[in-house]
Order: sequence, then structure tokens, then C-alpha cells
Amino acid sequence: MTITYREALRQGLREALAGDPRVFLMGEDVGKYGGTYAVSKGLLEEFGPERVRDTPLSELGFVGAGVGAALGGMRPIVEVMTVNFSLLALDQIVNNAATLLHMSGGQLAIPLVIRMTTGAGRQLAAQHSHSLEGWYAHIPGIKVVAPATVEDARGMLGAALEEPDPVIVFEYPALFETKGEAPQAKVDIVSSKLRRKGGKVTLVTYGACLPKALKAAEEVDGEVIDLRVLRPLDMAPVLESVKQTRRAVVVDENWRSGSLAAEVMARIMEQGFYDLDAPVARVCSEEVPVPYARHLEEAALPQPEKIVAAVKGLFA
Amino acid sequence: MSVPFLADMLRIRRLEEKCAELYGAGKIRGFLHLYIGEEAVAAGAMPALEPQDNVVATYREHGHALLRGVPMGAILAEMYGKREGCSGGRGGSMHLFDAGKRFYGGNAIVGGGLPIAVGLGLADVLAKHSRVTACIFGEGAVAEGAFHESMNLAQLWRLPVAFFCENNLYAMGTALARSESQTDLCAKAASYGMATIKVDGMDVVAVHEAARQACAQVREGKGPVFVEFQTYRFRAHSMFDPELYRDKAEVEEWKKRGPIHSYTARLKADGELTEEQFLELDRAAIAEVDAAVAFAEAGTWEPVAELTRHVTAT
Repeated sequence: MTITYREALRQGLREALAGDPRVFLMGEDVGKYGGTYAVSKGLLEEFGPERVRDTPLSELGFVGAGVGAALGGMRPIVEVMTVNFSLLALDQIVNNAATLLHMSGGQLAIPLVIRMTTGAGRQLAAQHSHSLEGWYAHIPGIKVVAPATVEDARGMLGAALEEPDPVIVFEYPALFETKGEAPQAKVDIVSSKLRRKGGKVTLVTYGACLPKALKAAEEVDGEVIDLRVLRPLDMAPVLESVKQTRRAVVVDENWRSGSLAAEVMARIMEQGFYDLDAPVARVCSEEVPVPYARHLEEAALPQPEKIVAAVKGLFA
Repeated sequence: MSVPFLADMLRIRRLEEKCAELYGAGKIRGFLHLYIGEEAVAAGAMPALEPQDNVVATYREHGHALLRGVPMGAILAEMYGKREGCSGGRGGSMHLFDAGKRFYGGNAIVGGGLPIAVGLGLADVLAKHSRVTACIFGEGAVAEGAFHESMNLAQLWRLPVAFFCENNLYAMGTALARSESQTDLCAKAASYGMATIKVDGMDVVAVHEAARQACAQVREGKGPVFVEFQTYRFRAHSMFDPELYRDKAEVEEWKKRGPIHSYTARLKADGELTEEQFLELDRAAIAEVDAAVAFAEAGTWEPVAELTRHVTAT
């Protein structure tokens, strides 16, 4: 059965809440309002206000409360409205969630899932559109996942809840209307996956850039790898593909400098240098806060034609 | 003779005097924040808690950890950085943990423990556990957003959290009146509708009574309580602090109200303690410290090959 990415996220939440009494969802407007993007619509009625818990606008407070509730034996799912707002909770994420296990010499695991939307494309301007996956993927002690397909949108949450460590799940409003099959309630959050076979070039991407990379791949006979898990990275399928294609372009909505793309490129260079016939290239966001005006926003982001141009550059 | 408050205050005092000495000798490094002068708060408050309760503390937490039942040897070994330390040598003085004692640190971000305490309380409500979470923090934390967000969440959801604020008047070197427009800390908590208690933190008996009352209210399901313990730190903020921000006369004035000697004097006046009994308690505390030093000295260094352990639980 075909469903949307948004419905898949809701299905994942419903399955998580129904499957484990320790699971609860907490965040701004997740209950009465039905979720900012209507992802949690209907769940308050189904599971009640204790388990679908509206919070005040206190990102630092309720993300930290998620850390504490995880310590206290629960399996909290904390929703932060957008990655930009998660900066208000960065202290609790970095200094506590990611760190307590280590500081305590392995005594205190934090099985916390933090969901947040990320990415541009809907003219929401610079405080609602950024892509900071790379920042979070920099931090030891947390796992970072990025569902780009309907199947992953449904299944990654359940897999994240089985982890003993904090997991950040990035959700992409740009993909919310995407339709697809979600046959599996359970998916792994370990591996990157081949999304399209191709012969000429390996396109490595994740999240909202996946459909763009797939579109470009049609034109350039590209092989497309969806990273899916941004920390820890699973490079094996990427290196395997590069061995065949001998060329790679990394497509990433992060800003170019210090991007996740930079890390992926470095690893290809470290582990697959002698398989390459050309330098690894990347298509990232331009180094500008995401602008409001539609034409400028489009120009700031990776687009299929930029990917095609980058690929052609490798054959010039 | 049973004078646990006095015995506990002496145990903290003797441990920390030794810590200062060991710091000078280079055995302990990093930041070391001593609690000397404030012992009445931990000694009075910690016995108000039950074994099933949770404790969240700050970076000035040696005394709270000790009185929660973390062995002195494991505390000192942690400060040495030894693997036998209560955090395996990964945390140091500011990050003492003991999951078995439900002692959740040891947090060195001012205000960082408050949201965690809220979450522990929330977990207990959802899982229907009858527990108090005691959240200890200094008055410096009231300037943080985390304090206000946590006060609001705890009261809004009527969580079983006892907020124990140790007001020693200085956030490092910044006096309360130089940093807060409202210096009445209870008024801040009360603005969230929270029950409050203000108490002399130099008087161990008064501290205990206030903590007992607060915990009883929390345990009965009447929501969180905020307690301000008015206390004073006799030593510098950390070992790097030249104390330019306060008068020696002020420190001397507070020392006259020192929690150990004032309580000792009271016990003696009431005929409940002799000098010999006092010396006996003191000798016992010193002996415990000596044994802890021997334990820490005999501890081992974790092999560097294990460096990346404990980053993830998988």
C-alpha cells in the first residue's frame, strides 16, 4: 500500500507507542494541535495526554527532561519543531545526552530519541530552514539517522527506540508528500543503501537531497547511495561503488565548509584514493543563510542540474 | 553516642582537607571545588532521602556523593583518575556517579542538572514509582534559563522533585546582588506557584527539618518544593581562585557560624557530647580518609587501549 512520508512517520509513532508502555512522545504542539506538520495528528486521542505530552516552549527544559526520563527507565521520544530550535537545547544534547555514559564510566546509558525536522525548500527563510546534520554527526555518543524514503520514515523510529544510546532522527518536510511503499515496520539503522544502480559515477547523499540525486542520476548514469545513518557512517557500500565507477560526487544540503560532505569525501580519499580517476566533488548549499525569496532559496540549495554539472566536471 | 550529623560533617570536612593537600601534591588535577563551610546542607538534607530516591548534584558534590553512600575510596580514586574511581576515572572531581545509589552526578554545567531532575521525576510519575528526586544546585543556577524552564515544568506537571538550592552568595566571584534583579530566591520559585522554604544552611538541624518537610510534601504527591539553604563557602571557588571579590572580614564573620563547631558547641552545651567523644568521631573520620587515600593510591590506570570505551552502550 502506498502512503506518504508524513503518514509513514505517524505510523512509526503509533507503532512505537502501542508497542511499549515506556514510550511517550513529548514536544511543542504534538498533542492538541496534532503536530506542527500534522505528523502526530490523532495520537493524543489514541494514547492520552500522559503519553502524547504537549510542552511549553522550553526546548532546553524538555529535551533535558527527556534525558532524565530515559535515565529513569522510560523510552522518551522528544520532538523539536525544527533543527534551528534544537540549538536552544544544544547544552542538554551535547553536554548530557551524548556525554553522561562516558563521564559515568559506562554506568548511565541514555535511550533517548530526539526527532526534528530539517532542511529548506518551503520559503521559511533562515531561522526555519537550515541543515545542521553535520554538527550533530560530529558528536561522539549520539547516533544520527536521516530517513529519506517512506519505508525509513516508518521504520527508523522503531529501530532508534531499540538503541541504548541517544538517537537523533532528522525528518524532511521537503519529502513529507513523497509517496511510497513501507512494507517493513523494522529497518536497520546501521547501513547505507544503494538506491539506484549506475555505471559512470557514484552519487553519495542523504535526506532531502536523495530525490535530487536520483533525478540527476538519470541523466549521467549515476549510482546513488543513500547514507541513511550519518553517525556512525557506513562507508562500505560507498567504497564498493567507487571501485566500479571510479568517480564520486557527494550531495549534501549542509553548507560546504565543514559539511558532512567534507567528512565523506575525506573518507573516500583515505580508503579509496587509488580507485579514483578524478578528485571527489561535492554539491552543497551555498554559504549563505537560507533566503526567503523563492529564486534565491532555490539557487542556494543543491539542485539536479548542479549535480549534473559537477559530474560533467569530473569528465572534463 | 549517636550524632550522625556531626560524624557526617566531619567526614566531608576531613575528606576535603585531604583533597586540598593532595591537589597541592599533584595527585588530583583539573578543577577541584571544595564544599568546606557548607557541610551542614549535605549532612542535614541527604538523610531526608530514602534509598529509592534519586539525587542530581553539581560539580561541588563530594559531600553529597559521600553521604549518599558512594564509598570514600571510590570518590578519591575518581579524583586520582584511577579506574577504581566511582566513574572509572572518566569523570574526575566534578563528575562523580553511582548508578546503584541513584546518584546521577556530578554536573559541571551550571543549571544542567535541573532538566534531568525534571525528567527523572516525570519518569517516576509515568511509571508510578514512589520516589523523590533531590536536585541540588547553587544560587548561580537561578540566572540560567534551565532553572526557569525546570521550575515551570516541574510545577506545571506537579512532579516529585525537591529543588535544593545552596545559596552560598557567590557564583564563582559574582555576588548575588551583582547578578540578580531579584535576590529573594524563594520569590522566584514562588512565581511559578511552587511551595518554598528558606532556611539557615549553617544549622544542620534546621536543614534536616526543612529537607524532611520538603521531601514529605513531595512524597505525598503535592508537587515540587523549592528549598533555599543559606550557606557560605569558606574556601576559594576552585583551586585557581585568588578570592579578589570578597573581604577577608566577611569570610571570618561567616566562619564564626561554621556548621561543625557551632553544632559541636550546641551538643556539648546540651550535655550530649563530650570532647573525648568529639575527638573519637574526628579520629574515625581521619581513619576513613587515610583508608580512602590508600585505596586511591593502590588503584590502577586504565590501559590507553581502552580509551574509546563508554562512548556508546552498544
